[in-house]
Amino acid sequence: MTDEPRKIRIDVLRYRPEQDKEPVWEEFTVPFTDDMSVLQGLQYIKDELDGTLSFRWSCRMAICGSCGMMIGGEPKLGCKTFLRDYYPYGLRVEPLAHFPIERDLVVGVEDFIGKLETITPYLVPREARTLEEGEYLQTPAQLEQFLQFSSCINCMLCYAACPQYGLDPHFTGPGLLALLHRYNADSRDGASAERMQLVHAEEGVWSCTAVGYCSEVCPKGVDPANAVNQNKTASAMDYFLRFVAPKGTDK
Amino acid sequence: MKRSNAPIFWSLFGAGGMLSALIGPVLVLITGIAVPLAWALPGDLLNYEHALAFARHWAGKAFLLAIISLFLWHGVHRIYHSLHDFGVPLGWPAKLSCYGLALAGTIAAGVALLSVGF
Amino acid sequence: MSARKPYIRSMDAWWLRDSFFVRYMLREATALFVVAYALVLLAGVVCLARGPTAYQAWLRILATPWSIALHVVLLLVFLYHTWSWFRIMPKTMSLILPSGKHLSPALVTTAGLLAAALLCIGLFLAVRL
Repeated sequence: MTDEPRKIRIDVLRYRPEQDKEPVWEEFTVPFTDDMSVLQGLQYIKDELDGTLSFRWSCRMAICGSCGMMIGGEPKLGCKTFLRDYYPYGLRVEPLAHFPIERDLVVGVEDFIGKLETITPYLVPREARTLEEGEYLQTPAQLEQFLQFSSCINCMLCYAACPQYGLDPHFTGPGLLALLHRYNADSRDGASAERMQLVHAEEGVWSCTAVGYCSEVCPKGVDPANAVNQNKTASAMDYFLRFVAPKGTDK
Repeated sequence: MKRSNAPIFWSLFGAGGMLSALIGPVLVLITGIAVPLAWALPGDLLNYEHALAFARHWAGKAFLLAIISLFLWHGVHRIYHSLHDFGVPLGWPAKLSCYGLALAGTIAAGVALLSVGF
Repeated sequence: MSARKPYIRSMDAWWLRDSFFVRYMLREATALFVVAYALVLLAGVVCLARGPTAYQAWLRILATPWSIALHVVLLLVFLYHTWSWFRIMPKTMSLILPSGKHLSPALVTTAGLLAAALLCIGLFLAVRL
């Protein structure tokens, strides 16, 4: 009975701006056990083979959203993807698609963060409320309306999946539109009308062509494709009824 | 942010898509396969007398106009966005070619259907 | 002085990267065939307006082997359109009912496909009579 660990080949797309004109593949051979994630594979490389390998990570349990990367050409979380599933052929690891590469697997996230600030990502009370009135009460049914969309961990896998974002980064994108919908669907919130201005724009829902890959890759089951496309219906209804309905048709 | 006028075209796309999804296959079967081959349907179903009677009736006019027009609006909207997917820059030439075709087809169908009379 | 030099990757042939994208492009390509069929019908209506001679010419062309073959292809594409249309339809509506219960996307798709099947069969039978 041998205790020789199995080895797997990991090809990583490297990019060091101070020395590389363009990204270049580098091959590593990593010993692994069945419980090791791709993230742990990268950590092995950094600890034992090449300390210059750069990548983001934190919680290693699929809640912080830091370790998004392309594994085998698909947007995945490094901590939630296992080396055993790529044995014996090996795997290719690249930085998250549709984002500029800063270094190795680290991508520039300024666009996403900048846009995050524009969607009013917090509850805006419908009317002023005093402390004496106590906390907001919500039924389970009211909670259910937005709970799924609040699961987003800002990992940006959906942006790597979305070809429309890749072709035109002006698009607000699946994740942020899902988060926008999370607030609109929350019975405690009163800023729907404000957020819908973003939805109604070309850069809002109208850049989406219902590819649907975003929902396929989401590690938390948010279903951003649903958030975006049901808002197309809402946006279109408002477009046609806005002069007819008093004070708008937004929630 | 500027409000998009996409809802107009998207709604036409949706209506055409729904109509074509619901009855497109059977229409193709009837007009393009069954009747020309006289398969399960009389070979003279689409003859001049029948077609004229159908097109002269207000319901027939509405049906034919809806099918032709909405199928066109559905198709061109998708084609227009596919151009973008292929990296073709979206501008007035692309918009005019695509939506212009649907508009021209709609008008042509309307004129033809009116000229067959009532 | 910053050492940053962000590298932007090309989107060339992006849709060949993944089978999901290829299927998306196939779905979008059905549009060409929907337009083609609409133009066939438009030709028919225009010929009808021109008179019996023109209309009979349209009927004759429809009966040629090329046209039959084209319509077989059109039929297959339209069936794929119907299928893909009702697969994506659940995404365009809220799947969370006011009661908080979740609607299954599969249910919506099945309902749509059923409606299409019933309408197609119904229309075919209606035309036989």
